[in-house]
Amino acid sequence: MANHVATSPIKPHSVAELQAKAKVNRRHIVQMTHWAGSGHPGGSLSAIDLMTSLYFRILKHNPNEPKWADRDRFILSKAHDCPAIYACLAESGYFPVDELKTFRKLNSRIQGHAHIKTPGVEMSGGSLGQGLSFGVGVSLALRLDKRDSKVYVMIGDGECDEGQVWEAAMAAKHYKLQNLILILDRNRIQNDRFTSDVMELEPLPDKWRAFGFVVHEIDGHNMQQIVETLEMARTLTGPVAIIAHTTKGKGVSFMENNADWHGKAPNVEQLAQAMKELA
Amino acid sequence: MTTTIAKAAMRDKYGEVLVKLGEENPNVVFVGGDLNKSVMSVAFGKKFPERFFDFGAAEANMMNVAAGLAASGKIPFVSTFAVFATGNAFEQIRVGIAQSNLNVKIVVTHAGIMTGEDGISAQSIEDLALMCSFPTFNVIVPADVIETEQAVRTAANTFGPFYIRLVRPATKIVLPQNYQFRLGKAATLREGKDLTIIACGVLVPAALDAAESLAKAGIQARVLNMASLRPFDEEAVIAAAKDTGAIVTAEEHLKHGGLGAAVARVVAEKRLAPVEMVALPDGYCESGTPDELLVKYHLTPADIEAAAKRALTRKKA
Repeated sequence: MANHVATSPIKPHSVAELQAKAKVNRRHIVQMTHWAGSGHPGGSLSAIDLMTSLYFRILKHNPNEPKWADRDRFILSKAHDCPAIYACLAESGYFPVDELKTFRKLNSRIQGHAHIKTPGVEMSGGSLGQGLSFGVGVSLALRLDKRDSKVYVMIGDGECDEGQVWEAAMAAKHYKLQNLILILDRNRIQNDRFTSDVMELEPLPDKWRAFGFVVHEIDGHNMQQIVETLEMARTLTGPVAIIAHTTKGKGVSFMENNADWHGKAPNVEQLAQAMKELA
Repeated sequence: MTTTIAKAAMRDKYGEVLVKLGEENPNVVFVGGDLNKSVMSVAFGKKFPERFFDFGAAEANMMNVAAGLAASGKIPFVSTFAVFATGNAFEQIRVGIAQSNLNVKIVVTHAGIMTGEDGISAQSIEDLALMCSFPTFNVIVPADVIETEQAVRTAANTFGPFYIRLVRPATKIVLPQNYQFRLGKAATLREGKDLTIIACGVLVPAALDAAESLAKAGIQARVLNMASLRPFDEEAVIAAAKDTGAIVTAEEHLKHGGLGAAVARVVAEKRLAPVEMVALPDGYCESGTPDELLVKYHLTPADIEAAAKRALTRKKA
């Protein structure tokens, strides 16, 4: 197996195919949280267009060989939004789609917060602020090994309250991590309320620029723009920060832009309504 | 003729071993936080600048960076003072390293009251309780430089997270040159039938001195060096309870969550025997020289001897 070379078996999806896949993934997210009776649909729905584009177009990865040494890494720091990554992992073949029904249930491989033991999950999370630091470590290791893989770290905007995020940002610039791409899901809502009510983050792009990142702002639900930006970001000398303006709960009318849906499961009627909207 | 007792600093030895490990294994990397002159990692950094990473005074970041390096096949040694590693970055160690069972080696220096004059903020007397609470961690408290070298080598060669607790000042070299550290095993340093003194770290030499003194009074104490707090040698504790019927524990840490607590748990669960604990009294200490603090806070050979006598009285009762 020493000379085994893995390649990505995932066909790069067109923008239209990505949009269709994102809708499938949105249905998974809503169903999973319903079946589990708990979980975090809001931030999963805000991040899913970005994550779908990564798993079905951008990332170099192989579901048949999750630990392929030359894979790109996707690190989900906001690990409560794991329904989104589980949907992407199942749809790309890391485990059966049927297994999504076990989310948060006893003996499941897909835990309530993303855990490193799940095939395809790079990092255990659940405690905000840790992912960018982990990404710095992965990025340094890849550089030592002279691999050209990219490291994508997704964080939330509320997560930027954590001081550790800025410790990691300083380190990413200090060590000139050219292969590091931060994706910030700027849905403007954290657990309790709007981020601007809890803790003002603006001027957020300026903060990342001040810490030495190349910053791009995009509409995190415009698939064309997502794909163009993520493809362009691979050619930049990092660290790069993509601030994706998103809507919490995107795609389900009653969840959109509502902090109540940060960490709440839809009931039977709400599920039916959501599935109708996502049909 | 007076004999000089040889002393050496564990952190100096750690620095030496780190360089050797760097030579032996290209995957060994170092992660530090602006205390490299104190944790003795400067030599490693000079020899292997591309494998030496300083993250400044930012321990939370440092721990998760180490986790990322470990998840990518590196063997990161992370070093800072015991208080900063365990206190500033507890949650990062918990989720990022312990729950992920990653191959990170946290080697701390300046542990316990041996940090002395810097005062209570610098004296980690709670760190073993914190680190022993992690089910996946290996927790080692070396007794001297000989054990430090072997523990650090064992950590490098054994998959899984490690916490190795070193102190600042030079301490007595107490173990023989042919000593063999074994993870999860106590080492019998002296045989005895009347009671067993179980010690770790800098109180191992004190335990041997106490045993020597007890012998003069006709009391034969078994002395165990229990460097490995996780995994823990329950069999050695059960044997001590069974063979000698009384136990004294000795550690430079609070009673809560350290060696004494671990021994008491085994004794309560498996084989009853009186246990007397020599440990820091419940409270915080103060600035002073390490030797002054050991005396004031009752961690001397005489304190261990007194505890032994209390244990023997309870054994006979």
